[in-house]
Amino acid sequence: MSETFPAVVIGAGHAGLAASHFLTRHSIDHVVLERGEVANSWRRERWDSLRLLTPNWLSGLPDHPYAGPDPDGYMTAPEVAVHIGAFADRTQAPLRTGTEVTSLRRSDDGYAVSTPAGTLTGRAVVIASGACNRPTVPALAGALPPQVRQLTTFDYRSPDQLDEGGVLVVGASASGVQLAAELVRSGRRVVLSVGEHTRLPRTYRGRDVLWWMKASELWDERYDRLDDLDRARRLPSPQLVGTPERATLDLNALSDLGVSLVGRLAGVRDGTALFSGGLRNVFSLADLKQQRLLDGFDLFAAANGLEDLGPPERPEPTRMPERTRLQLDLTSGEVTTVLWATGYRPDYSWLDVPVVDAKGHLRHDGGVVDSPGLYALGLPVLRRRGSTFLHGIEDDAREVVDHLASALAGSRA
Amino acid sequence: MTTTESPVADNGVNVQALLDAREVLKGAPEAAQFKWRATSSWQHGVHSQIQVHNFFGLGEEQDHKVPHTFDADHPAVFAAEDNGITPIEYLLVGLASCLSAGVASVAQNRGIQLRSVESTVEGSHDIRGILGADSDVRNGFNDIHVKFKIDADATPQEIEALVAQSQKRSAVFDALTNPTDVTVEVV
Repeated sequence: MSETFPAVVIGAGHAGLAASHFLTRHSIDHVVLERGEVANSWRRERWDSLRLLTPNWLSGLPDHPYAGPDPDGYMTAPEVAVHIGAFADRTQAPLRTGTEVTSLRRSDDGYAVSTPAGTLTGRAVVIASGACNRPTVPALAGALPPQVRQLTTFDYRSPDQLDEGGVLVVGASASGVQLAAELVRSGRRVVLSVGEHTRLPRTYRGRDVLWWMKASELWDERYDRLDDLDRARRLPSPQLVGTPERATLDLNALSDLGVSLVGRLAGVRDGTALFSGGLRNVFSLADLKQQRLLDGFDLFAAANGLEDLGPPERPEPTRMPERTRLQLDLTSGEVTTVLWATGYRPDYSWLDVPVVDAKGHLRHDGGVVDSPGLYALGLPVLRRRGSTFLHGIEDDAREVVDHLASALAGSRA
Repeated sequence: MTTTESPVADNGVNVQALLDAREVLKGAPEAAQFKWRATSSWQHGVHSQIQVHNFFGLGEEQDHKVPHTFDADHPAVFAAEDNGITPIEYLLVGLASCLSAGVASVAQNRGIQLRSVESTVEGSHDIRGILGADSDVRNGFNDIHVKFKIDADATPQEIEALVAQSQKRSAVFDALTNPTDVTVEVV
């Protein structure tokens, strides 16, 4: 006979552990299944220099605020793993590590959750397996000539690992700009292919840009109030890096470091990479969007009589390279590596419930999945803009677990 | 008690129909597959006449209200008769009209009243390419420069944003800035 729990949580990252925290508060018996160990992806699936985009004071978890000496700093990936591990200890989450879920399907009394250690039943299930399980690589990767080595942000660890020669980094979200900067600083020639992107200054008027996001309540915007929720959920991470210097890492900073900017990688023909000629427009779109955001911050500061702020100095527009390059011969040896920083996607290959759309995303309404008793946590813009960030899990997990608790109570009555 | 309402912008674009279509086609990708067509008939010299009448879309054959006819030729400086604009100028016609349509649609969607939208499109072309005079010179444009002059009830920043968004959603801008697989065959 299989074990039965009122609730099963899949994944012991910040989201699964926050779910466990609130389930315990509701006195709902549950178990947290984890394929590896707590905060697994932070331990194994990130490059060496990675730090969180959010400052430490904004990286708290439910009843587990940052208590270290550097509230304005940014945690490294190992520090994030320690932070989440301490949260697991504090919540005394009923963990089963090293237990990979191989299938989840509906059963008479809820869901059958299969693992190599056996099948258990959850009357409710919280999917907290992460949003970044696999790298997204465009189909045209298959057309690249064999001379160039292809890497993704999953395989990349540090510049030493690469062959001699230049690197074409594809994608200019947080990952792409961070790796382009690291690689050019290591003395390599770097070409960065830039599509639509979100530009942000690290600090504005002396405060971290994410302080502004939180203070102005932009992060509290609810998912069901957004004009285009699909787009908001797909939006790549902003061009930010967490460094002790709190430096801005936008495209101008990369140009200053010597990175060559080219348009979106639009195709590969006869071993030659072809870049879009629309680079100016993606610069304009990002510059205009940044201006609107900073205008909003200024209005917020004025309306709330905020003092002690620096002057409203605006970043200069993104500088267009004198000549835009439209082609790069990948057989010439100019670049020896193509690094795909083209995003991540969740992996639901184990999910045998028809709740995944054609694009591979879970169909859910604020974390309430389109199948009774099934829930999700830890996805971008799950219930509000702030859901994308570590500290956004508190409100999300509380609300989703409240829903779960009412559903369980209702079905029992 | 009286209330003052800002007048509703009317640029003559039925944005609601477009937004409705977007929702419907999200769930019906097959209906979104269109085929645009032109048929060309060589006249004399480098003069051709092109007709555009039917296309395929929303799952069936469609017709324009009437057939449209276009003449393409080369100017006198190319030692031709100038019966129509040059083929590469048709690309500029397409780009200007596509971006203008985009500006009008985006303005409508954002409640911005337009009074005038003028644009000038200039493509730089080194004709040594098509003449075969220098194999390092490409046949097509080296670059294209579009200048918009817009009079509207909007701030300069909002106008910049209209123009940026119109490029983002422009079929012709995409077709010119990104490679397209082209097959030419004899039947």
